[in-house]
Amino acid sequence: MSPETSVAKIETRDLDFYYGPSRALKRVSISCHRNRVTAIIGPSGCGKSTFIRTLNRMNDVIPGTRVEGTILLDGKDIHSPDVDVVDLRRRVGMVFQKPNPFPKSVFDNIAYGLRINGMKNKRKLEAVVERSLRGAALWEEVKDRLEDNAFSLSGGQQQRLCIARALAVEPEVILFDEPCSAIDPIATAKVEDLIENLKKSYTVVIVTHNMQQAARVSDYTAFMMLGELVEFDRTEKIFTNPQNKLTEDYITGRFG
Amino acid sequence: MRKSTRKKIAQSIGFLALRAAMGLVLAVLFLFLYDIGRKGGGAISWEFLSQAPRRGMTEGGIFPAIVGTLLVTIITAVLAVPLGMSAAIYLHEYARQTRLTRLIRLSIRNLSGVPSIVYGLFGVILFVNAMRFGTSILSAGLTLGLMTLPWTITASEEALKTVPDSYREGALALGATKWQSIRTNVLPYAVPGMLTGTVLGLARAAGETAPILFTGAAFYLPYLPRSLGDQFMALPYHLYIMATQHHAIQQVRPLAYGTALVLIALVLGLNMTAVVLRYRLRRKRR
Ligand SMILES: Nc1ncnc2c1ncn2[C@@H]1O[C@H](COP(=O)(O)OP(=O)(O)OP(=O)(O)O)[C@@H](O)[C@H]1O
Ligand SMILES: [Mg+2]
Repeated sequence: MSPETSVAKIETRDLDFYYGPSRALKRVSISCHRNRVTAIIGPSGCGKSTFIRTLNRMNDVIPGTRVEGTILLDGKDIHSPDVDVVDLRRRVGMVFQKPNPFPKSVFDNIAYGLRINGMKNKRKLEAVVERSLRGAALWEEVKDRLEDNAFSLSGGQQQRLCIARALAVEPEVILFDEPCSAIDPIATAKVEDLIENLKKSYTVVIVTHNMQQAARVSDYTAFMMLGELVEFDRTEKIFTNPQNKLTEDYITGRFG
Repeated sequence: MRKSTRKKIAQSIGFLALRAAMGLVLAVLFLFLYDIGRKGGGAISWEFLSQAPRRGMTEGGIFPAIVGTLLVTIITAVLAVPLGMSAAIYLHEYARQTRLTRLIRLSIRNLSGVPSIVYGLFGVILFVNAMRFGTSILSAGLTLGLMTLPWTITASEEALKTVPDSYREGALALGATKWQSIRTNVLPYAVPGMLTGTVLGLARAAGETAPILFTGAAFYLPYLPRSLGDQFMALPYHLYIMATQHHAIQQVRPLAYGTALVLIALVLGLNMTAVVLRYRLRRKRR
């Protein structure tokens, strides 16, 4: 199911996911394209987080889980044995629902992903840190506080720090799992502007509870319910002329 | 109105009871330290600390016992610290949480409750006899190490538990390997807690008598051990002898109190080290 004709950057086909015996995703097929923002919406517990976490195999760390179906990144199955999960996660970055800075300085937070990949050159690190912070629209606010502990930033700044940290390793896809649910409206507006900007260079997938947000930032919207994909189409189409009764009920606030 | 005053009174009574309980504990501790300090303080001198016992331990010092206890504690640490921390890392970070791991964890908790004399006898069988280390510093240190191991594992695992999962996931999501995420984003925050627990365990081991009784501690050796295969004098055992087994108990009483004072100072010193260490590492993190 692909509303765009170009080759998808990342694509799932008939994706099933199980937590032990319970099935959290049922034959979900979604394709996400370069330079586009794809939003995933749906009622709580419908499997949005589960879905987005399968895209960088973050669910691998939860014992007793199982994936069936295919996920293709640039046409290549991410579960094939010659794919290194560490490499995959570098290419598919993730920003979590709750800002999760490490208890290190602002600088060390951003440099973390580079250092674990062996970069030691101080000048290069400094350049990447600045570029990433600018990319996350945070540079002006923290350029004099690079050595401060990241915990001393405000919640919204922390979330942008996490975005900058994800940008630093130069991923190709960035996954956002409800990035604004723990921050205030002004910080939310900043993050939304940022996402708008990021799509110039990245493939963006965002889970959100906020319908307006999906409408504002995304090009495509997937509506899920009870682990199933109900409807997936251009965002304007979903919000103005949904094909499915359930989608219409949900976006008009009749349930959820 | 009346209800809230009643609540306030209840709260004051509660606080008062808690304060009293703490005061009582502190009072007993200080009384105890004061008594030993008063009776043992007189025996402490440079000679007492730096010389071997003389004339059937009625004169002289406790230098060999201090050295013996330090050496044996080092062996204990060499066994219990790396092994305990590694086991905790494995159990908490790598092992799948199955019935078997739960059973292992339960067994470890239970092992920390086994009386120390049982470890002593086990040490005799395993190290002294089966492994032929004889009665020696090595056997005694390994025995104490075994005894300390459950404490180190448990304390280390508790310390690992306090590190939020979001640190681990955050690192993995940036392309860290599992070990990288543990080494750079979990251990630095767990190590202060691990060390505190470990040092407390070592302090406890340093004060134990039963495990070294049959595995290497000597009644009286007026010289220093020359190798790890030698027997040794140890502070707790020396104290036990001076307090209960000596032929002139009344005469050596001040020496016994002096020994007790040194032992307590050593253990408190170790505990203080743990506190300072944790404080310093915590601050560095900020
Ligand atoms: N670790 C887990 N173990 C077992 N079941 C889980 C686990 N995580 C999620 N689930 C279940 O899988 C289903 C989907 O959960 P998921 O977190 O993906 O929903 P969600 O759409 O992200 O919800 P929300 O909007 O509340 O974040 C839910 O029924 C949930 O209870
Ligand atoms: Mg979720």
